[in-house]
Amino acid sequence: MFHYTLKRLLLAILVAITVSFVTFMLLRLSGDPAMALAGENASPAEIQFIRVQYGLDRPIIIQYADWAWRALGGDFGQSPYFNQPVKKIIRGRLGITMTLGGCALAFAICLAVPMGMLAAIRPNTWIDRVALTISVIGQAMPSFFFGLILIIFFGVMLRWLPISGSSTWRHFIMPSIALGYYATPAIMRLTRSGMLEVLASDYIRTARAKGLRAGSILFKHALRNAIIPVVSLLAVQFGFMLGGSLVIETIFAINGVGFLGYESIARADLPMVQAIVLLVSMFYVVLTFFSDLLNAFLDPRIRVA
Amino acid sequence: MAEQVVGDIQEVDFPSPGQILRRRTLAHKGFMIGAIVLLMIIAMALLAPVLSPHDPYHQDLAKRMISPIWQKDGTWEYPLGTDNLGRDYLSRLMYGARISLLIGVSAMVISGLIGTFLGVIAGYFGGRVDMIVSFMITTRISMPVVLVALAVVALIGGSLNVIIWVLGLLIWDRFAVVTRSSTQQMRSIDYVSAAKAIGCSTTWILLTEVLPNILNNLIVVATLEFAHAILLEAALSFLGMGVQPPLPSWGLMISEGKEFMLFSPWMIAIPGFVLSMLVLSVNLMGDGVRDITAPEGRS
Amino acid sequence: MNALLDVQGLHVEIPLSAGILKAVRDISLSVVRGRTLALVGESGCGKSLTALAVMDLLPKTAVRRTDRLIFDGQDLSGAKERRMADIRGNKMAMIFQEPMTSLNPCYTIGNQMEEALLRHRSVSRKEARDRAVFLLEKVGITAASSRLKQYPHQLSGGLRQRVMIAMGLMCGPPLLIADEPTTALDVTIQAQILSLLKDLQQEFDMGMILITHDLGIVARVADRVAVMYCGQVVETGDVTEIFENPLHPYTQGLMICIPVPGKTQRGQHLGSIPGRVPTPIGDLTGCTFRNRCDFVFGPCGNEVVGLREVSDGRAYRCLLSPENCARNSAGRPV
Repeated sequence: MFHYTLKRLLLAILVAITVSFVTFMLLRLSGDPAMALAGENASPAEIQFIRVQYGLDRPIIIQYADWAWRALGGDFGQSPYFNQPVKKIIRGRLGITMTLGGCALAFAICLAVPMGMLAAIRPNTWIDRVALTISVIGQAMPSFFFGLILIIFFGVMLRWLPISGSSTWRHFIMPSIALGYYATPAIMRLTRSGMLEVLASDYIRTARAKGLRAGSILFKHALRNAIIPVVSLLAVQFGFMLGGSLVIETIFAINGVGFLGYESIARADLPMVQAIVLLVSMFYVVLTFFSDLLNAFLDPRIRVA
Repeated sequence: MAEQVVGDIQEVDFPSPGQILRRRTLAHKGFMIGAIVLLMIIAMALLAPVLSPHDPYHQDLAKRMISPIWQKDGTWEYPLGTDNLGRDYLSRLMYGARISLLIGVSAMVISGLIGTFLGVIAGYFGGRVDMIVSFMITTRISMPVVLVALAVVALIGGSLNVIIWVLGLLIWDRFAVVTRSSTQQMRSIDYVSAAKAIGCSTTWILLTEVLPNILNNLIVVATLEFAHAILLEAALSFLGMGVQPPLPSWGLMISEGKEFMLFSPWMIAIPGFVLSMLVLSVNLMGDGVRDITAPEGRS
Repeated sequence: MNALLDVQGLHVEIPLSAGILKAVRDISLSVVRGRTLALVGESGCGKSLTALAVMDLLPKTAVRRTDRLIFDGQDLSGAKERRMADIRGNKMAMIFQEPMTSLNPCYTIGNQMEEALLRHRSVSRKEARDRAVFLLEKVGITAASSRLKQYPHQLSGGLRQRVMIAMGLMCGPPLLIADEPTTALDVTIQAQILSLLKDLQQEFDMGMILITHDLGIVARVADRVAVMYCGQVVETGDVTEIFENPLHPYTQGLMICIPVPGKTQRGQHLGSIPGRVPTPIGDLTGCTFRNRCDFVFGPCGNEVVGLREVSDGRAYRCLLSPENCARNSAGRPV
């Protein structure tokens, strides 16, 4: 167990270094950051001044090494837009994105798992087809389009929910639905196929031969086994939601890390973008590690090994 | 000894694998619907120069914000209405199909080549090669695609080429994962060992034995990534950092229509609907291929 | 006759794309407490489906019809699922062929055994645990109470099958159905499990249906035998009658296939039955064995072949009288 954790930790560090390096290179090499910061009407002298001030005239490797060294100590630099430490700004917005992600995941689970179970119990009936249809539509509609439709329908026509901002819990309903809807098909399919496979297994046949009640067979025996890969998927999906929240937060003007990322890109606030990319990557790596642990916890067969 | 007067016991004829495949394909409603819709959209894109009633870039400020044909003040001259700059929506829609399809196919091909190459060498050679490729895949998956793509395109500039290459270089992970596991499975199967035994070179084995057998999974993933690329481009364009105006990308049309969506919801509904239809048809076909070639997955 | 289980005219049909598969046709059998009925036949002859049909555990697409299904004095032919669920595990228990996959990997042995009892009796958890320990020891598992805390993957195949047997006995059922219980086990373990089953049957006065394709097992364990071929019972009788004087050409063919120590010469050809089992789809007039039978003649192809009773409890399904389908000591038709 200890070796396993150590190995994963090492992997996480390597991924962190690689992701930050690749991102750093991409961002610096994609254009001239100094020019982007200076703005459209800047003179060459002003651009050069900015270049020196931010250390952008040094060799790229040195710039990266400098950034990485500071990042190790927790210093992700200063945002040229806010004129404050990047870490502080992000910390202020992180809670909101996590809340949004959590609500979206909760929505996806509440919709997808029961649907997947129902579809597995009655395969090839109308229930199954409805579930598959919902899942298929969910995958096809772009999340931003779905968000806009929700706004028109629930925000404007029915006036039930607020359409922008993140001050009350009501503000989170539509964004959570828009963000979570995209994960629903994958979760539903995995639940359905997992349940189908488990329901056809020998130990379910044994459970039926023991005369156990339908509810006990379904939940105690079948779901308990079928849910194991789903839990891993959920952790991974949460990671994707944190990264994909950008579009939803922008539409609904939610003041989270995703919206911050979008604005920072528009403002060429590279230290901020760099830090956000690293943050999301690290979250993903931690979540996959966590999901492996969860897997081992849920499946006795893996535990002993 | 009894006479050998035997009444024939009727032997039941089960159909051949080829017949089963054809019958299944034609009977698979999802696949057929997806194929028909996709063909219609492709036709619309290819025939846009011929079929579109107007020039999609032509602005006529006197004819702004005309409603589509099903509203009270719609006309047949502009069946889907006009946008805020007086451009014909139907024509923009048709030309927009070209952009979505072009970017989708190109990004899919690029990412497919990268991912398949990486996946096959990882699965076939194993060992250190596999370790490196797996690490690359893990790193790529943990990077937030939308953020990175957005940042790079914003900095370089939103030309079609840039978008295609950025997307292509970012979405190869699923190709790699699937081809890697398929190749790993194939490695241990008998005919590869047999081919090695008669002295075929590694490249030969890879090209003629391993690759064709990975094809089914590859097709399914290709459709998924095709749809993925289309959605990504739409998102990038919607956020203003993708395809630049005046090009008629559907994502861009939705973004431009957002201001007016409360009074003229058709401005976002129409491109959004067609976008969804395109992605839907591709997904249906991908699911269909998966069902048809691997019936064990179905109940 | 105070039969524990009395089945008459059992049919099981499964719709397939190629037609309706008449997997089980017109089966009748009976089981008495303290006695073992063996259902013998090759793979695919419908013996497992017959057992599942009795328990009403058939796959959803299968259709069951029966003229008579009396169990322990109750008519179960039209019983709904709720009633059957109360009987399964309680009065009728079944153990299956694959011990490696028949237990839920996520729960302990103890949990799964106790739930079998707790479902049907209102006893305390402790009483259920005590019963589980008692039965585990009965099936020959040592250190029973610590075994209860183990997970299935921590036990070997032979141990798991013993656990399955113990689990089946938790409620003290009068009928035990064992579907090829030793097929997946080593030969040495096989013998242990079989004698264990026999002992338990005597001790608890259970009726047992043993499903197998192995005639050696039949000889060792069975009291009565029903031979199945292509979904039908083709011969019934006491075990000694079947082995010493097989009446149906198929049974005769089976007996010829077995090498007998002392009688079979070295280098002698072992018997075999030429041809293949037909698939029971479509038109099934006549005898389904006719394409492999040494005694076949005209009417075999178009007459309905019913069971011919020779004496009480002894019958076979053939148009010919016993003299006309007899063989000499070398196994050749007379």
